[in-house]
Parts: sequence; structure tokens; C-alpha cells
Amino acid sequence: MTQITPKTPRHQHPDGAHPTVCPENAPCRLCRIEVDHLSVEMGKQVLLKDVSLHIHCGELTALIGTNGAGKTTLLRALLGQIEYTGTVRHLSSDGRPAAEVRTGYVPQQLEFDRSSPVTVMDFMAASLTPRPVFLGVSRRMRERVMAALTRTHCETLASRPLGALSGGELQRVLLALALTPQPDLLILDEPVSGVDQNGLESFYQTVDELRRKNHMAILLVSHDLDVVARYADRVVLMQGTVVRQGSPEAVFASPEFEQVFYTKGGRL
Amino acid sequence: MNAIYAVMEALLPFEFLRYTFMKNALLAILLITPLFGMLGTMAVDNKMAFFSDALGHSALTGIALGVVLGLQSQMVSMLLFGLVWAVLITFVKHNSRMSADTIISVFSSTSIALGLVVLSRGGAFAKYSSVLVGDVLSVTQGDLLALGLTLLAACGIWALLFNPLMITSVNAPLAKSRGVRAHGVEYAFTALVAVAVMMSIRWVGVMLINSLLIVPAAASRNVARSAASYLWFSVLFSLVSGVTGLVLSYYLNTSAGAAIVLVAALLYFATLPLRRK
Repeated sequence: MTQITPKTPRHQHPDGAHPTVCPENAPCRLCRIEVDHLSVEMGKQVLLKDVSLHIHCGELTALIGTNGAGKTTLLRALLGQIEYTGTVRHLSSDGRPAAEVRTGYVPQQLEFDRSSPVTVMDFMAASLTPRPVFLGVSRRMRERVMAALTRTHCETLASRPLGALSGGELQRVLLALALTPQPDLLILDEPVSGVDQNGLESFYQTVDELRRKNHMAILLVSHDLDVVARYADRVVLMQGTVVRQGSPEAVFASPEFEQVFYTKGGRL
Repeated sequence: MNAIYAVMEALLPFEFLRYTFMKNALLAILLITPLFGMLGTMAVDNKMAFFSDALGHSALTGIALGVVLGLQSQMVSMLLFGLVWAVLITFVKHNSRMSADTIISVFSSTSIALGLVVLSRGGAFAKYSSVLVGDVLSVTQGDLLALGLTLLAACGIWALLFNPLMITSVNAPLAKSRGVRAHGVEYAFTALVAVAVMMSIRWVGVMLINSLLIVPAAASRNVARSAASYLWFSVLFSLVSGVTGLVLSYYLNTSAGAAIVLVAALLYFATLPLRRK
């Protein structure tokens, strides 16, 4: 069990309520995402039932819950990769639908052929341009990739094969890719599982900086409640549906939290 | 065509090229091997070695189908059956919880058995046994044209498919989040491999077609340090194996397909020590 050391949240809405408007001149096009009564069924199995939550720009919203609570299913629904019922609305600060919301995604864990000679540069360029990388990467694209990698402090990895990276290095590269082009919503699915302590700190500091400087909406799935306590502005506790949401302190102190993680013998 | 022959005679004044069938065979090899070297890279990256093997075996059923339908040439039935088979295997793989290798094995066994049952009826299989080892010396000018068009079309499709395929091979949900239609890309690729296999199987043979797809790409992995060099080394190794194998088979009087694959395998083992640790 991870020791929980909550720190003061950086947003001043202790009751867990969202600010209704974005700060003036905030560099965001997306103000909030309103998820209403979202359900996902696969065959006869109900994976998610009646999920309602708001994700706000400039905030890190953490989804927590035991294995099989539907966290990754919710991410996949938000990414538009599985069918769902209910509504997901992207709104700008004037309450109107936000135009063209960009989503950046850092997947859970990569199981790929690590003996492939594909380099970080190849992988980034292939994701950013339709020009086939076997014809070479143009100088302009090379500069763009280097700029993206610099942003997450991994510019020295460009010519390394993707399969030769450590867990932490790979996640920083994937974060660099998720941030190019600049997303309005950043989705992180267990981004640092299996990463050492230094890698973890550096990853979340970068994410925290993005939240503050770029006023990005960030949605994080994590089993590491210590990380959640330190970096999340809002916590959503899930168990097939949303059982509790609010500030980290409020959720961690709630009876629902205790029931999910202790009484039922849930595994973190 | 005569102009091409004249150029070949001028550039390559070798004894084995005196015969038209050898000129045709060399041209066929120069068209087939780059195609397989190219497609092989992503077949290896997407762990499709077994899939392409199954596809090769399905050529037998394709021929059988042509025989049953009374077609003049079995090319059409082979091509259509190969495409349907490739799409079907991919579909079942996506929609079943069974492991991919089990599904492919079931499909592969079914198609070999079905093909053999039909073709061996009344002891007539000897007539079709050439498709097992292939015969590149029987390529005609019409076949060369078909192979040329296939290579040209494949290059065009490849330019569109390469990047999405590469990202999908690393992580499909990530590829999807970047706007790649991961399933569509996979279907397109398997269809492309099916066409390449069916267009070449009479010359390379059911037993060796998969080696031609996998071995040069595997050898290229030993030396390549980027996606670009991976592809170009694979094409180069494929071409070198093709031409060397053909010439060797002429002088040793043996099967061309087998000699080609043997040279490719030698290249693989020779480059193995260069592999990055």
C-alpha cells in the first residue's frame, strides 16, 4: 500500500467545485469536457454505467479505482475508440462547443518488437508527417522532432532505437509525441508503471509544468495514490461507475474510498 | 521487349543470359525480389511470418477453386481466394479471443487440406506439383508485365502505408489516437501481401514464398540502424539473393527458388554478428 502524503491543492476550490470560467487570456481553446450519463456495453457485459464527470482545463483530473473498475474503458471512450451511450461535450469558456479539440495520448505500456531498428526520430517523424520515413526525414521535420523531444528533456535519444529505451525514457518520448501538436486534452494511461523513482518525478514535473503554463486539461489514470495526492487537482473514484469525486483530500477521506480499497480487499 | 533484351545482352554478356527464358527469369527476379524485400520489413515488424506462410499455402486452394470452376487460368481464382482468405484471417484474429497463431494454423491447415483433396482427386496432383517449388524459368512476357504492374502499384500503396503501419506495429491505440485507422491499415497491408504472394507463387513456389518475404528483412535487421536503412537493406539483400540464387541455380542445375532462399539465409547468418546488442 502506498503511503498517502496529500499536499495542498493548487486550485482554490476546496469543495471540489470547478471554476466556471477560465482565467483571462488563458492559452486554452477548450475550457471543459462534460461527460453525461456515459455507459459502455460489450456484448451483454456492462463495462461502464452512467458515468458523469467534468474535466477542466488547467486541472489534472485523476481516475482511480481497482483493476477492472473501468478507468481504461472510460479513456478509450473519450478517445473515440469504443462505442458508448450518453454524451461527451467539449465546451469553450463561453459555454459553446469548442471547435476541433486536440487530444494527446500516452498509452499504458508498450509491448512491441524491441528488436526493430526503428529509431525515436523515425517513430516521431512517422507520426507527424505522411512522407514515408524510408525516403529520409526532412530537415524541417527533424527540427520539429528535436524541438518536441527537448520539451520533455529527451533530445539526446533521437537516434536511439525505440526498443533500446528504458521505461522512463520511452514514456518521455511518448509524452513528447502526445504534446505535438499541442493538445487541448492530455490523456495519460498509467504512464509511468515500471519506471524508477527519478523517472517518475521528472515525468510528473513536466506534466505539472504543462498544466500550469499551457493551461491544458489533463486526465490521468494511476494506481500510485501518492502521485495522485501530490499532483491531482481532482480525483474521480471509479467502480464500474463514478462512486465519488472531488478534491484528493475529500475523496481519500470518504467512506467510499475506504470501501473500495480496504473493505473489499481491492488491490492497488 | 526486344530492346530490353538487347540492353541486357550488351550490359551482361554472360553465358546464362543467351537464352530468352533466362532473360525473362532474371527480369522476373528483378521485379519480385524488391517487392518482397519491401513488404517483408513490416511483415516482420508486425509478427506476420506465420500469416504469410498460411497465405502461401492457400494458393493451393485457389488453384483447386479454379479447377472446380473450370477456369482457363487459375490466376484469377488464386488472387481472389488469397484476398478473401487474408481478410478473413485478419477479421477472425480481431474478433476472437483465441491466440493469433492458433487461428492462422486452423486456416492454414484447412486451405492446404482442401486444396490437396480437390487437386489430388483421381491421382492428378503431379500436374500441379510444380506450384510447390515454383518455376521461374517458365515466366512469359505477359507474366513480366503483370509482375511489373504489381510492383508499381505496390510501391505507390507502400508509400501511403509505411508510416501508419510502423506506428501501428508499436502500439495500435496510440496510432488510433493520432488519426491512424489501425484496422484499415492492417487489412490493406494483408491484402497487399496476398496480391504479392499470389502474383509470384508460380515462380517462387508455395514452400518458399514465405522465406522470400521474411529472410531478407530479418537479415536487414542485423545491419540496419534506422527505418530507412531497414527497408533499403532488405530490398538490397532480396535483390542480391535473387540474382545470385538464379545464377547459381543455372550452373548447379537446381531449383531457382531454393537457391535464392539459401543465399538469403547465408546473408542472414553472415550479418548476424553485426547485430546491435
